[in-house]
Amino acid sequence: MTGYKRALTKTYHQPLGDKLWRNFVIGIPYFWLLLFFLAPFAIVFKISFASPIVAQPPFTPLFDFSSNASQWLLATWDNYRFLTEDNLYWVSYFKSIKIAAISTLICLLIGYPMAYGIARATPTTRNILLMLVILPFWTSFLLRVYAWMGLLGKNGIVNSLLMNVGLIDSPLQMLYTDMAVYLGIVYTYIPFMILPLYATLEKMDLSLHDAAADLGAKPWQTFIDVTLPLSIPGIVAGSLLVFIPAIGEYVIPALLGGIDSLMIGRTLYDEFFVNRDWPLASAVATILLIIVVIPIMLFQRSQQEQE
Amino acid sequence: MNKKHLMEAQRPTKPYVAETPWLDLEAKPFIQIKGLSKKFDTFLAVDNVDLDIYKGELFTILGGSGCGKSTLLRMLAGFETPSAGQIIIDGVDMASIPAYDRPINMMFQSYAVFPHMTVEQNVGYGLKKDKLAKAEIATRVKDMLELVQLSELAKRKPHHLSGGQRQRVALARALIKKPKVLLLDEPLAALDKKLREQTQFELMNLQYELGITFVVVTHDQEEAMTLSTRVAVMDAGKFIQIGTPTQVYESPHNRFVADFFGTINFFNATVLSTDPEAQTLTAQLEKTGTQLEAKTEGSFSASDEVTIAVRPEKISVSQERPEGDNLTITKGTVEDLAYYGNRSVYRVRSQSGRIIQVSAQNNQRSEQLVLEWDDAVYLSWNSSCNVVLSE
Repeated sequence: MTGYKRALTKTYHQPLGDKLWRNFVIGIPYFWLLLFFLAPFAIVFKISFASPIVAQPPFTPLFDFSSNASQWLLATWDNYRFLTEDNLYWVSYFKSIKIAAISTLICLLIGYPMAYGIARATPTTRNILLMLVILPFWTSFLLRVYAWMGLLGKNGIVNSLLMNVGLIDSPLQMLYTDMAVYLGIVYTYIPFMILPLYATLEKMDLSLHDAAADLGAKPWQTFIDVTLPLSIPGIVAGSLLVFIPAIGEYVIPALLGGIDSLMIGRTLYDEFFVNRDWPLASAVATILLIIVVIPIMLFQRSQQEQE
Repeated sequence: MNKKHLMEAQRPTKPYVAETPWLDLEAKPFIQIKGLSKKFDTFLAVDNVDLDIYKGELFTILGGSGCGKSTLLRMLAGFETPSAGQIIIDGVDMASIPAYDRPINMMFQSYAVFPHMTVEQNVGYGLKKDKLAKAEIATRVKDMLELVQLSELAKRKPHHLSGGQRQRVALARALIKKPKVLLLDEPLAALDKKLREQTQFELMNLQYELGITFVVVTHDQEEAMTLSTRVAVMDAGKFIQIGTPTQVYESPHNRFVADFFGTINFFNATVLSTDPEAQTLTAQLEKTGTQLEAKTEGSFSASDEVTIAVRPEKISVSQERPEGDNLTITKGTVEDLAYYGNRSVYRVRSQSGRIIQVSAQNNQRSEQLVLEWDDAVYLSWNSSCNVVLSE
């Protein structure tokens, strides 16, 4: 091999250090997911096949290899079977999905015009408006939910205002209703809808709007034909960012909802901390994960196929 | 084959274009722009502009970036509202007509092809908005795609197309509505050189065959020269000169226009005498004292300072003193030369120290350079090539 050829082949092989470094950088997010998502989930998944006992920890091991054991495999489907038998769980799953879905829709309906307005504002006003969207994050989430309790309560600001004006004679029941839950979720999560929508709308090529108008589309037709279809990635991202945390939301229904507003997060909490039935609670959590993850995976696959 | 057939079917029996409608006093302008201005906050983008464009013209508005040409085009399309003035197209005042109702279509600089629609859907979009029957849309889209040679790509999405193909989608989409006027914003800017030349001719042919009035905006003087029936040179929101490509190239009104089109040599000169009858003047070039004659329609008097402009390709370069009548002759030395194959460009330093650019056809076959660096040469040109500019 001549020196020239050797020099050529050499450049085609990456130095070992580079390769290691690249794998290391790529590895960090995987390591993060492994440590903080997969490992905890594996533990929860494991517990969901155990039986509850009064002990520390409050569940049985899955395997027993001691000599006096009647059988070595203690894992059981009982928790999952129980979930199908007691319709309390199905009611809470269904209610969670319903509340999360409706909240997501409301967020979209309110957030889209807001994101559109921000994206079309002049750069200075745009920054101010974005700041206003993000600003609530600077106060504690819990504090903001408590503030809503103060607003919506029997002697809260809204009720006293309406009574003073004379629109109502007795205070309205607003706190501890589903409406309060919707209000809380929409209020809390709407920035997650606005920001990805803003990102897609802001980078949209405005000459496409001109082109549609030029070809005879009235402003509303331009919106339906061009703006809306091109903002679908933002709509999807925003909806997922609202829907996923909303479905497992615990604090908002616990503080603002009535006793009957059984969302799955609340049921989960009750199983863990009130009933101390960790295995059943783990089963509830596992099913919740499947309900949330599978539609997302299916959706992403269909998106990739479209590409 | 199909394309040719289609073109023949659409070819008008009589040519649409009267050769020079702008010289015909009876001709009615198709597009009339009267006192049009556009102000953005404090910035006057278009400044009280008047313009007549005739039916079937391929009219080009030429200018550097920020000269107001795009704003003017956007006002024609209806995307910007004029601050003052009037736009009349085919006798109808456009003031109260929104963009989506104007008989105008536009090909955008970025093409603005809808990325989520197929080629077919893009081209058919305008007809769909006109609520035409599906069958008719389908046939017209098919015909149009054949005309721009995109039939095979009908089902493709734009991101699978090359720049040239996207450009043709944009063109087809704008033409399919048979607009009275087609606006083209930098139609060739995004194409590479070869494709640009080819597309240029395709555009001209299409324009002739369809008889649609084209208004082109460009910063590329070559594009403007080859495409247009007439050119308007624009600077700082105003038209500096409007004329045929040969007019603006050969008889520029001022230094700006002269300089904008290609290269040109400027000489400072002092008027010696004038002959108003024959519309000629004699002048002396500063420093060298070379005397020259020039034709001019402007009124000058003796001892006026003027600029004489001469194009590089009008100048001959030779080692012997040329003989002949009506020649302007000056001397210099070759300072730089560039050999382009078909022609050579010489930078000659005249006796006054000024660099004069000369472009000469290499019309003899020779493997050796005819002139070398530092050769003493005579520069000569026909006096009719002298252009007198007042500024």
